[in-house]
Formats: sequence, C-alpha cells, structure tokens
Amino acid sequence: MALFRPLEPVSQRARIVLGIAFFIVFFAVWAVATLGGYVSKTFLADPITMVKDGWILLTKFGFAHDIGMTVWRVLGGFVLAAIIGVPIGILMGAYKPIEAFLEPFVSFARYLPASAFVPLLILWAGIGETQKLLVIFIGSFFQIILMVAVSVSNTRRDLVEAAYTLGSTSAGVVRRVLIPANAPDIAEILRLVLGWAWTYVIVAELIGSSSGIGHMIIESQALLATGQIIFGIIVIGVIGLISDLFFKFVNRHFFAWRLS
Amino acid sequence: MTMDAILRIEQVSRIFPSVSKRPPVRALEPTDLTIARNDFITILGPSGCGKSTLLRIVAGLDTPTNGRVVLDGRAITGPGPDRGMVFQSYTLFPWLNVADNIAFGLRERGVSEAIIRETVAEYVAKVGLRGFENHLPKQLSGGMQQRTAIARALANNPEILLLDEPFGALDNQTRGLMQELLLGIWERERKTVIFVTHDIEEAIFMASRVIVMTARPGRIKADIAVDLPHPRHYTVKTSPEFSALKARLTEEIRAEAVLAAEAH
Ligand SMILES: Nc1ncnc2c1ncn2[C@@H]1O[C@H](COP(=O)(O)OP(=O)(O)OP(=O)(O)O)[C@@H](O)[C@H]1O
Ligand SMILES: [Mg+2]
Repeated sequence: MALFRPLEPVSQRARIVLGIAFFIVFFAVWAVATLGGYVSKTFLADPITMVKDGWILLTKFGFAHDIGMTVWRVLGGFVLAAIIGVPIGILMGAYKPIEAFLEPFVSFARYLPASAFVPLLILWAGIGETQKLLVIFIGSFFQIILMVAVSVSNTRRDLVEAAYTLGSTSAGVVRRVLIPANAPDIAEILRLVLGWAWTYVIVAELIGSSSGIGHMIIESQALLATGQIIFGIIVIGVIGLISDLFFKFVNRHFFAWRLS
Repeated sequence: MTMDAILRIEQVSRIFPSVSKRPPVRALEPTDLTIARNDFITILGPSGCGKSTLLRIVAGLDTPTNGRVVLDGRAITGPGPDRGMVFQSYTLFPWLNVADNIAFGLRERGVSEAIIRETVAEYVAKVGLRGFENHLPKQLSGGMQQRTAIARALANNPEILLLDEPFGALDNQTRGLMQELLLGIWERERKTVIFVTHDIEEAIFMASRVIVMTARPGRIKADIAVDLPHPRHYTVKTSPEFSALKARLTEEIRAEAVLAAEAH
C-alpha cells in the first residue's frame, strides 16, 4: 500500500527492475501475438525474425553505415541549431527589444512543419547532405530559440535584483545569473528538441536519400520485410535512450544544485 | 542639530499606476528622512505600509514617482554596489556554494583571487559559517542562508547596508541569535544600516533610531532615538528602559495596525 502513495519515491533498484520489466512484458505480448499466429506475418514480424533480419542487415548490407549516417545527420543539424539558437534565445529572453523584434517571426516560423520543407529543400539543395542537415536545422532552430527565450524570461527576478545590488552590469547579469540559472532548463530543452530532430531525419531520409535508417525502412517496405522495418525503428529507439541517459548524466553532474 | 548625513531621502513618494481598471496604489506619501553616517536605523510599520517600497527606492531597484534619494551628495539613479541589500526572500544564487555566493560581488568587480579568498574567509568567520564554505544554499537552514546573504552584502564593502525583514521567516530563537550577530558586527564595524521590520522588539534592540511608519499610504509618523548603551546584550530586552520604549512604540504601531485592518 505504501508503494502507491502519491509522489512517494522508489529505490534506485526498484526503478531499474520496474523499467526492465516493462520491456519484458512488451516483448512477451509481441511474441505471443506473432508467434501464436494472432497477427499475420506479412504485417508484423515476430521478435525472432526481427533479430535475424537485423543481424543480416548489419553483417550483409552494411546497416552500421546507415546508422552512422543518420546519427551524423541528426547531430550535425541539431548541434548547428543549438550553437546558433541557444545564444539567440538567451539574448531574446534577456533583452526585451530583441524579443519584440524577433518573437513574432520566430513564433510564426516555429509552426512551419520541417517535414513540409523537404520537397522545397530538395529543389534548393538537392538530395545531398546539405538538404538533410537543413531539414533538421529548420525543425530544431526556432523551437530552441523560443523555448530558451521563455525559460530565460522566467528567471527569478529577485536573483537578478540581488546581482544588481552586488554591482553586476547588465552583461554581468546575463553571464553570471541568467545563463547559470537557466542552464539546467536549457539542457532539458535540448534533450526534448533532439528527440524531435529524430523524427525529422527519418522523414528526410524516407523521401530522398540513398543511405540512412529511413532509407533502409522505405526499401524494406517495398520488400515487405517488416522484420527489418521494426529492427530499424528499435535501433532509433535505442539511440534515443542512450542520448537520454547522456543528458541525465550531464544533469546529475553539472546541475546537482537543482536536484532535490 | 548637525550630523554627518550619508543619505537624504527628499520628498520621495511612490504611486503604483493602475492596472486593469483598479485605482492606482498610493504606496508612499512624500517622505523626508536624513540618515547619519554609522547609524543603525530601523523602519517599523504594519504590513503593506510601504516599507519595502521605500527600501527598494533607496536600493535603486524602484524609481520614486516624485522626489529623490541622495547618497553622499550623488542622486541615486539605479542599483549599485555602494548599497548592499539583504532581501526578505532567500536570494542566494542556488548554483553557487556559500563561498562563491559571498565572492559574487568581488568577482564582478574583478578583485584578485587572493584577496577574494581572504575576504571570503573573513566574512565566513564573522557570520559563523566556518566549515560550510562548500555547501550549496539548498543544504542550509533559513538562518544560515540569511547569514550568508548578510556576508555576501558586507563582503562587497557597501557604504550602506539595507535589510528588508531579513529574519521575518525565522523562528523566535534563531531570530534572537541573528539579531545579536548583526548587532555585534555593527558594533565592531559601524556600517550605516537601514533595517526594515514589523517586529517592535527587533526594531528597538538593534536601532539607534526607530522610524515608525503609518498604515497605507505610508508616511513617517514618529522618529524615536534609542539611547540604550552599546554593546547591547540580549538581556537589555528585559530592562525598564527597553520596556518603556516598547510600550510607547506598541501604542504608536497599534493605532496603525487598527487602521490597516479596517482598510481591508
Ligand atoms: N509592483 C507593485 N504594483 C502595485 N502595487 C504594489 C507594488 N508593490 C507594492 N505595491 C503595493 O504598495 C503597498 C506597499 O507595499 P510594500 O511592499 O512596500 O509594503 P511593506 O510595508 O513592505 O509590507 P510587508 O510588511 O507586508 O512586506 C502595498 O499595498 C502593495 O500592495
Ligand atoms: Mg515588505
């Protein structure tokens, strides 16, 4: 009973056991549905076929290279968007005239769906790497700016005032209050946006590409190889999980002051 | 009477403009107050009478609707390190440990690290936080946080120290100890201090002068010198002179508290 009190914490061990337990349940349900013959093989491969297909993809078809290409595209576009977007977001949150100047346009641009730009970007940049990076950049850049700006705008006013009474200049307030105060939130924003960047890259690779996880998925569809498709999707999930763990690690090490 | 005035508050008033059809708030009536160098002034008044407003104007965090504040002959136009401030809410930088919080102002002014280390050690000792230099604010009690905030303001060597009900959220025992600590520092260093409170005993115990404010709109109602000898020990709170002052201030403030209560 005590386990189910609201907001009651669980031990680290119980957390890991429970987290793994769900994956086991998930695979079990999937295995029963497919191996038990409840779902046709044409629509959904069973876990064993998936693992076999994955192995063949990796050993015979150089799928590792596709994975590498996709990761490179996501990171390239995302890092570029973060390097330019975070400083603009901070300036926008800190300085209201800059906010008044940029906010309406950025809000508008944020709603432009990155995937809808794919055909246009193919016309502009061809189907090379530039086009892939641009899709991810467009999808991430405006989101990052806006979310960082909102976070910086909401900085505790009393901390800013305290800094002024200690002699900070306005540049000092940005550098020594606004940035450190919002660094954990900015890390969290980047984690979220990186997750979205993954969906953009797959869309970009589905439409015009000769390599990448998305390219493999679309080829597999033509061959009705659902095992390969699912393997591709699971690879994306696993990479996402790893990047999440990385961000959690960063948070724990650099932003211990924020953890309760 | 001549005095070496450090701060002049001249006809300072503050009206908060109306928002969404509500009438404007007259927080502070035109107020005059001259503060002598090395004095410990307490400002006493009921909740909502404009004490914080007045202090924030002196700090430069708010601008008066009329009038001006002059510090050492220069009119105040904004906040600066010459006026250290300790806030009612806890305003330590949560990402910095005690030592780095105390060093904040010194770092902003580009003081050398050697001098910073020396100064931080000095003020850590003065507020009794030895051994806690590496603690984060969230690891400190409320009293320790406010002691750090006082050290942070003093380490910057301001001309004048402003405190806005710094011990308001503390329990009675801790509050008593903090009063002694702050008074002890003042008795040794004789900084000019303006201390806002709504606690009568606190106002008398530390002050050389108590300013009583009226209920909203705030105005100065009484200006009472406290001649209790220094160094003051906490036992002074039970002396007849203290009781007499307390009785007098209780009368003054009670009338205002009644008015304030009726207004709501
Ligand atoms: N930014 C603001 N906008 C509008 N009204 C305000 C603002 N700040 C303060 N006031 C009003 O001005 C009056 C005085 O406020 P102030 O904070 O100075 O009171 P105080 O004496 O410090 O009270 P307390 O003891 O509760 O802290 C209050 O009625 C308050 O509602
Ligand atoms: Mg107040």
